[in-house]
Amino acid sequence: MRKVFGGKVAVRDLTLSVRRGEIFGFLGPNGAGKSTSIKMLLGLAKPSGGEASVLGAPAGNVEVRKKIGFLPENFRFYEWLTPAELLHLHGRLCGVSSARLSQRVPALIDLVGLTPHSNKRLQNFSKGMMQRAGLAQALIHEPDIIFLDEPTSGLDPLGRHMVRDIIRAERDRGATVFLNSHLLSEIEITCDQVVFIREGEVVTSRDMHAPEEEVVNIDVRAGKISPDCVWGLARWTTAVEVNEEHMTIKALSRACLPDILRYLVTSGAEVYQFTPQRMSLEELFISVMGEDRGF
Amino acid sequence: MGVWLMAGITFREAARKKILWTALLAGLGFLVVFGIGLRFQVGDLQNSQVPPFLRYQVISAMLIIGLYTVDLLAVVMTTLTSVDTISGEITSGTIHAIATKPLHRWEILIGKWLGFVLMTAVYVAILFGGAVAEGYYFGGVMAQHPVRGGLLVFLECIVALSVTFMFGTWFSTLTSGVITLGLLGVAFLGGWLEQMSGFTEGSRLAMVGILTSLIMPSEALWRRAAFEMESPLSGALQFSPFSDVSIPSGAMVGYACAYLLVALAIAVYHFGDRDL
Repeated sequence: MRKVFGGKVAVRDLTLSVRRGEIFGFLGPNGAGKSTSIKMLLGLAKPSGGEASVLGAPAGNVEVRKKIGFLPENFRFYEWLTPAELLHLHGRLCGVSSARLSQRVPALIDLVGLTPHSNKRLQNFSKGMMQRAGLAQALIHEPDIIFLDEPTSGLDPLGRHMVRDIIRAERDRGATVFLNSHLLSEIEITCDQVVFIREGEVVTSRDMHAPEEEVVNIDVRAGKISPDCVWGLARWTTAVEVNEEHMTIKALSRACLPDILRYLVTSGAEVYQFTPQRMSLEELFISVMGEDRGF
Repeated sequence: MGVWLMAGITFREAARKKILWTALLAGLGFLVVFGIGLRFQVGDLQNSQVPPFLRYQVISAMLIIGLYTVDLLAVVMTTLTSVDTISGEITSGTIHAIATKPLHRWEILIGKWLGFVLMTAVYVAILFGGAVAEGYYFGGVMAQHPVRGGLLVFLECIVALSVTFMFGTWFSTLTSGVITLGLLGVAFLGGWLEQMSGFTEGSRLAMVGILTSLIMPSEALWRRAAFEMESPLSGALQFSPFSDVSIPSGAMVGYACAYLLVALAIAVYHFGDRDL
């Protein structure tokens, strides 16, 4: 897909696929085109070029929207409604029967922790409470795919934990979750697959369950590390930092690990700990996106 | 189904946000003042030497002026209450949660439009009906064709509503409000110019009035309503500013209906086509 506003390219050439039933992380710096891409997938914005399908139908198809849940970033709605009224309205718009809603609304209000506030109007809600109400409206019709745009931006740690649990429960129910968040640590522990986009193009992706193949950091604690030993590591590494008994090694690949460990031992180092570190999403994000360029 | 849900929520929104009640309160204030004025005028006329037939014409003219005030209040209320509903929800992002539901965009827009049509109908019925009832109760006068007049005032409000919706799909709340009120102002001025042309039989002035009515037919609808409601004698004797000097034809009423449908169609098309 491609999207141009006037002369400004918001999404240059986005190509991606999301497997059914997975939690998909959609990452990128500010202005990378994430929200615009989500809007195109939901039919809120028309692509300038290209096409997309969601659940097998063209993006924006009205019938398919019965199976789509969406929590917009900075969710806002009619402030004169109570959470229950909000959920009833959205449920009816999605075609959920009154009988089903009478069971589902209180259960969802409880799930997102709004039961003590169920009789308050939304105008009295904090940002975090609005976020919880918005999450509930996205789930009211038990959708097959849920788009969550920064679902935890206004939440405290307990709220974030709750959202994580809900996302996992939705995946276990069989739903697909399309998650756009800046909280990389949360993406890391929640998602099955992530893609990084920049200027509307996929830069790289990572299958969070696949074994690491690229450069591996190794955290080593060892005694008697000689300068010669450090020099000798160069054949398997791109960088080595030594701080007394603590050594950080950037290995060329996962395949080098046995050779490195064998070399250290035969070189006379007393190895107490040898722990390969998977590159965190944050490190990957920085390595892929580079330094902050003021987006 | 989606249309009626949106219509219901729009009507409830007006009621819950107290827009409707505030507007009605202001309207009831008008009715109180109008009733007191009528009563005093009737009392003064009864104590004077004015012949009964002339008294009737004066009270009739007063009723028409009261109904003109209702007309102005209703049109302005319709514009002000509806101006934020499309543009405001686009700006705030409130529309995102609705437009991603299994609804066509036209259902959202038409549903909101119907909600305001219903609200306007209630408002016009109460104020217009109240003013007509006061005229009859206090002054003993009845508008000639009150239903026709009331429907024309209602039609004028719906024209303003459709134009407000049309601009709301393009511009911000403030801009669309300014444009719509500006158009109503132009129509107001044009209507009076056309009326003035009748006294001098000035065709150029009449042409300006007709052109403004084509640009915005709101005031022409009121003048047609006034013609329908005024007594023939009162109109001919020019007791009120809305006497039978320059009467918009039935074709102008047809034009206004087509005008509102075109404005609504443009609103539906543009709302359906634009990015949200």
